[in-house]
Amino acid sequence: MADKSLIGKSAKPFTMPIEWGKVREFARAIKDRNPVYFDPEVAKKECGAIPIPPTFLMASAFWQAPSAQDSGTGLELGLDTRRILHGEQEFEFYQPIFVGDVLTGVTRLADLYEKEGGRGGKMTFAVVETEYTNQKGEKVALARSVVIETGGAAKS
Amino acid sequence: MAAKLKFADVKVGEEIPNLVAQVSRPDFVRYAGASGDFVPLHYDQTFVEAAGRPTVFAQGMFTAGLLSHCLTDYVGAGQVRNFKVRFATIVWPGDTVTCRGKVTKKYESAGERLIEGDLEVVNQKGEVAVKSSFRAAAG
Repeated sequence: MADKSLIGKSAKPFTMPIEWGKVREFARAIKDRNPVYFDPEVAKKECGAIPIPPTFLMASAFWQAPSAQDSGTGLELGLDTRRILHGEQEFEFYQPIFVGDVLTGVTRLADLYEKEGGRGGKMTFAVVETEYTNQKGEKVALARSVVIETGGAAKS
Repeated sequence: MAAKLKFADVKVGEEIPNLVAQVSRPDFVRYAGASGDFVPLHYDQTFVEAAGRPTVFAQGMFTAGLLSHCLTDYVGAGQVRNFKVRFATIVWPGDTVTCRGKVTKKYESAGERLIEGDLEVVNQKGEVAVKSSFRAAAG
């Protein structure tokens, strides 16, 4: 059930240090062997420092949940994690993000609405935005997720 | 691969070189560890069967990550300004996915040379798994 009163609510800010080990591991996981993620000298020459893969900030989304039962947004939307699908994801970058940066993320519920689903009954859509600021106070990125709670057991 | 794209060389309508990968359960486990996404649908067979699905399947963001890798191979790491994905069909273990796309626009804005384009991930049956768009800086 969509509780519209939650719209605009923000979770507690969280800290996300951009660690080289984590960036390398993430690059490997997406089968990316670009030396800019693995060799600081190459990174310095080509990018100024070690950059992050475009979807790396997703790695922060799962560190802000207060409990294992939460959907990972830190917002406690009351959605059933067994019926949750990730519908859309968007990243907007305002400033470069490098290894060594320490980001602060604030997640808010931008929208919450229901739609009649074709197969699974009523579906709930949650639009969750996280704004990231770096250690210099610069706004560096915005991540926007659309999370869908299906009405029944999700079908492919 | 790592060299940055030259704005002058980019043609609107130009195709981005494909990235093809066969995906398997260990890929999902590796992505779970790397991303911190431990939603059990992607590695726990007992859990997925109880949830009414035949087998574990790829994290949407794993597939999106492959697509972002295809994009950064083309535009260069650190050049992406916007990356948006919409998930369509599920990617299953053993699927061979192809990441592809093309440039739809090039322009200058606030002193920065930018390109935009559409991307997608399709499986071996030609079904679209991920629909995507991007904006990136080009030197």
